[in-house]
Order: sequence, then structure tokens, then C-alpha cells
Amino acid sequence: MTAPVVPLGAESAPAATRKGPRLGRARYFVRRLAFYLVAAWIAITLNFLLPRLMPGDPASVLIAQMQGRTALSGDMIASIYRLFGNPSEPLWDQYLTYLGQVFRLDFGLSVAFYPTPVWEVISAALPWTIGLVGVVAVVSFLFGTAGGILAGGRAGSKLDSVATPGAMFMTALPTFWIALLFVLVLGFQLAWLPTGGAYDPDLEPGLSGAFLGSVVTHAILPALTIAMGWAATWYIGMRNMMITTVSEDYVLLARAKGLSKGTVLFRYAARNAMLPSVAGFAVNLGNVVGGQLLVEAVYAYPGVGYLLFQSVASVDYPLMQALFLMVSLSVLAANFLADSVYGLIDPRARETGS
Amino acid sequence: MSVDAAAVAARGGFRLPENRKVRAGLALLSLFVLLALLGPFVVEDVFGMSATAIDTSASMQPPSSAHLLGTTATGEDVLAQLVVGSRISLLVGLTAAVISTTLSVLVGVAGGYLGGRPDALLTVVTNVSLVIPSLPLLVIVASYVKGRGGWLTVALIIGLTSWPWGARGKRAQTLSLRRRDFVLAAEMTGESRWWIITRELIPTLAPLISASFLGAVVLSMFADAGLAFMGLGNINLTSWGSMLYWAQNASALPRGAWWWFVPPGACIALVGLAAGLVNFGIDEIANPRLRRANRDIRRAAKAAAKRAHRENS
Repeated sequence: MTAPVVPLGAESAPAATRKGPRLGRARYFVRRLAFYLVAAWIAITLNFLLPRLMPGDPASVLIAQMQGRTALSGDMIASIYRLFGNPSEPLWDQYLTYLGQVFRLDFGLSVAFYPTPVWEVISAALPWTIGLVGVVAVVSFLFGTAGGILAGGRAGSKLDSVATPGAMFMTALPTFWIALLFVLVLGFQLAWLPTGGAYDPDLEPGLSGAFLGSVVTHAILPALTIAMGWAATWYIGMRNMMITTVSEDYVLLARAKGLSKGTVLFRYAARNAMLPSVAGFAVNLGNVVGGQLLVEAVYAYPGVGYLLFQSVASVDYPLMQALFLMVSLSVLAANFLADSVYGLIDPRARETGS
Repeated sequence: MSVDAAAVAARGGFRLPENRKVRAGLALLSLFVLLALLGPFVVEDVFGMSATAIDTSASMQPPSSAHLLGTTATGEDVLAQLVVGSRISLLVGLTAAVISTTLSVLVGVAGGYLGGRPDALLTVVTNVSLVIPSLPLLVIVASYVKGRGGWLTVALIIGLTSWPWGARGKRAQTLSLRRRDFVLAAEMTGESRWWIITRELIPTLAPLISASFLGAVVLSMFADAGLAFMGLGNINLTSWGSMLYWAQNASALPRGAWWWFVPPGACIALVGLAAGLVNFGIDEIANPRLRRANRDIRRAAKAAAKRAHRENS
């Protein structure tokens, strides 16, 4: 697991075999873009096929579910058939009308929040998740990477011998269970921090200091839970890469020149060790997101993960399917971004296999 | 991980690994396997405890001599549930890991060995499956399945969605073996590609495959617990995941019933830790730089300090 990780789809042949030509930047981007477009198309198609392949008939279940509450118009029934399958229509025609509907972001009406359209429900949740993930990503990257540089740069030091087993332990724990422990100890027993929702419901949402303060305090526990796991992953990747990098000749040369320890570590070794670490994290993003979704559910944080939890509880297939699509496309976009940056700053990423 | 070190280790046949982390991890894992195999008999037949007996007079009791780990909201014994539940949790983890490891070996080794178009195709399939987040996918499939088929269905869908990460690693390892003498020799004697993959490459990669299998067991157990926690999968069978779900459902947290959800989570965490120890140990065996970093540098520093002390005095 210490081998450098290259971006998805840009695997190069091992050093023993001849390397292929290095792609120009433009061609590299076109290739990466093509790969992620294919991946997006597969995610969308999977979303189309799942309800049609599954046992039972989700469309009729849904219609029965909704008719229990209000009378459905003919339009609404047609929309459900378009999204969840209509046995009387050939699959290919269904696929085309489905694609049309998805591109208009029309995912039908939510069952859990009936009769709000699914897209509105998701748009309300997205900012919370994006805000949380954004802060967590930056904080965990900074702490995890800095820790990994220091520990890996001086392997066997006190920091290394405490932080490495600690980080190992962190990655071995199920994230949502840590969230449960935090809720119990910090939320209920010590009552230091709030553990439900994203802000105090008694406050009027706005730009007032009190409201923003409650947004911050409500975000601390979910953010901390997710950040711990992410930082541990960053830390381990960075530490192991640093150990390999600091024994390179050019680092020895930098040391021999009499440069300060900090300069050698951060400006010579870390710059090269960081790239594979970044690529490795990006590749793992699809798995990492799962933990984040469960953590939101534990804290009832009104983001995408909690929505997924609610959609399961109320068997809200339209919401569930749309969430799967949104989360998948977001992860794909994030990966494309990571690959692009990687290809821009490290020419090695643009090498093709032989 | 270097293939050489692992291959050398494989040729030596089975012997107790020397690495302390690997040993500790394997010991802990064996303990859990024993618990899952024998525990339920011991708890139910020897001690006469039941994981499902409802006793409303003893609802949410903290740990006591009658119930060593307390009781649930309906008065079930948490210790009995923990022991009985280990069976389903490990079973799902192991079954899913067998499925995902088999798939990842087939896809990864075949792609790495065959090269060319088959490899390009398998690599694209692997990478696409890797970037599509697995938890939301699992959640959707599990909620359509609605518990049909019991634990096996859950294991199946976890196994079918968790193979790509392993396939990537195995492809990379196979690439480094492709031009080795023993593979070329087999090719020259006219062995078929299938024979080379199954009789030459896979046995050589066996130590690495078993390490990644352990990792897959843990990830599958995490996924199973996560699904159960969302109310999907096997919530009516006693497992560590379903214990967490019912604890959450009965507001064990606000009521401070830590004994209900700390033990199942701790068990999952311990299995995770054990597999982590084994994998870290194997990393050390395969990457001498890491091993040196982890142990010898500390030793050398101590020796140097001693020498300096002696010279000064």
C-alpha cells in the first residue's frame, strides 16, 4: 500500500517495461474527461436499470403509496412510470424518455416530503453537505499531511511512535460508531455540544451572530468525526511516502548542503511525496463518502446523508435514486478535478502504458 | 508491497509469521472466529442465556451480575446478543469477502497478464466501478430487495460492489510478474493462458491475496453494519449491525444506555484493528524501508546515544 498511486485510468506500466509516450496536457485532459463522461453515463444507466431489474414492481408500489395520500394526476403517474419502469413499454423507449427527464433534473415527487419535488428537497440539503465536506477536506488535509511529513521525515521519533499507531487505530474504526460515541459522551453526558440538526431551531435563520454561532457549534461534532478518519488516512499515506522519499539521494544532497531541517523536509522531500498521496486519496473518495453519509445520519445533520437515511426509513425510492445519482456525479466531478490538477503539476501522471 | 518478499514467504510453506504485528492480528482474528463458531453454543446451552428472550421487567438495565452487559429496551441480554450476533456478522463479512476477492483476483490478474485490449477493457470497468460510490448503491439495492434472501443477499450485494479496489492492486502486482522467468517458461512449454493464471500467477500472489482478503472482510463487516444501522439488511437477525440499529431506534443514546451500542461497535472495531495489524505487518515485511523506520531507527538511536555517553565519560 506504499506504492505510489496514479490517477484512475492513467496506470502506467511498471518500470521494468518500456514507458509509453508522455501525453501532452490537452490530450491528457481529453482522455480524463472522456473517462469520467463514460463513468457518468454508466452511473445514470445504472440508476435507470436498478428499479427495473429489482424484484417487485417499484412503480406500482410508489403509485399505491402516493395515492394513499392524495389523488394523483395523470401527469404524475406518467412521470413515475418514466422513472421507475413501465412494463408495457419497450426498454429502449423507456431509456430515452428517462434520459430526457434526468437532464431536466426532474426526479419526480418525494414520498417522505410529499408533495415537494425531489430536486427541491436535494437542493435544500446540498449546501449543508458541501459546506461540511469542504471544511473537513481542507482541515484534514492540512493536519494529516503536516503530521505525516513530520512523522515520516523523522521515522521512529516520539511523534511517529505515538501518531502512527493512533492513526492506524482510527482507520480501523467504523466512522458512524465513533459518531455514536461522541453523541453519547460529548453530546448527552457532558452536554458540551449540540448533536442534532444544523442550527438551533429557535433562532431565525439569517446573518445574525447568534445564528451563525449556532451553525458553527452544530457543525463541530460531525466535522470532527469525519475529519478524524480523513486525517488519519492522509497521515498514513503521507508518512509512508515520506519514509521512502527521505532516503533519496537528492534529499541527502539537500541535507549535505546544510539546508535547515524544515527546508529539507517541506521544500524538498514533501513536495514529491505529496503527489501520490493526493492521487491515492482521490481514488479512495468513493469509499470515503460512505462514512460521511452515515455520520450525517447519526447527527441528523440536514445534508445529503441524512436525506438518504430518511428516504430509506420512508421507502422513498424517487429521493433515494436521485441521491445516488447526485452523490455519484459529485464524486466523479471531484475525481476529475483531482486528476486534472495532478496532470497539470506532475508530468509523470500523463505517461501512458506501453 | 513487493511480490518477491511475499513469494519467498509463500515457498517456505506455512509457518508462524515472525512479525509481531501480524501475529497479534492473527491471534485476535482467531479469537473472533472461535467466538462465532463456539460462542453461541456456550452461551445458549452451557449458560442457558438467550439472545431473543424478552423480559419487560428488566428493560434497559445497566450491567449487573444477572446481565453482565446489561439489557436492551425489551430486556434481552446484551452479552448473549453480542456472542450470538458475532456469527451473522462474521458470516456476512467472510462471504462477501470471498465473492469480492474472487472477482478482484480474476479481473486483476487476468487484466494484468493478458494486457492489450482485454486489459484496457477490464481496467476501465474496474475504474468506473471504483469511482461510483458504493454505499448509496448498496442502500438502493438493499432497499429494493427488502430483506429477501436473508444474510446471503446482503453478503452478495456487498461482495459484488466491493471488488474494484482489490482488482487494481492485483493488476499492478501481476504486471510486475508478467515477464518473470517462471511465467515465460510456462508459456514456452505451451501451457494455456488460463493454466498460467490459475496455476502460476495466482499461487505466487497468494500471500498478497490473503492479506487483501482480510481487508475485504473488515470492509464488508463495516458495510453490513452500516446497512443494518440504516434499517436495511438483516435487522431481524441478531448481528452486531442490527444491535446498533435497535439501540439507535430505542433512543439508547439519549437514555445513556452505553452498554447496548458500545460492545457491538467495539467488536467490529477490534476485528478491524486485527486486520489492520496484519496488513501493516505485511507492509513492513514487504517494504524493508518501513520496517527499518518502525523499529531499527529507534534501536540505532538508542545505541548511538549509549556510545556517545560512553565516549564522553
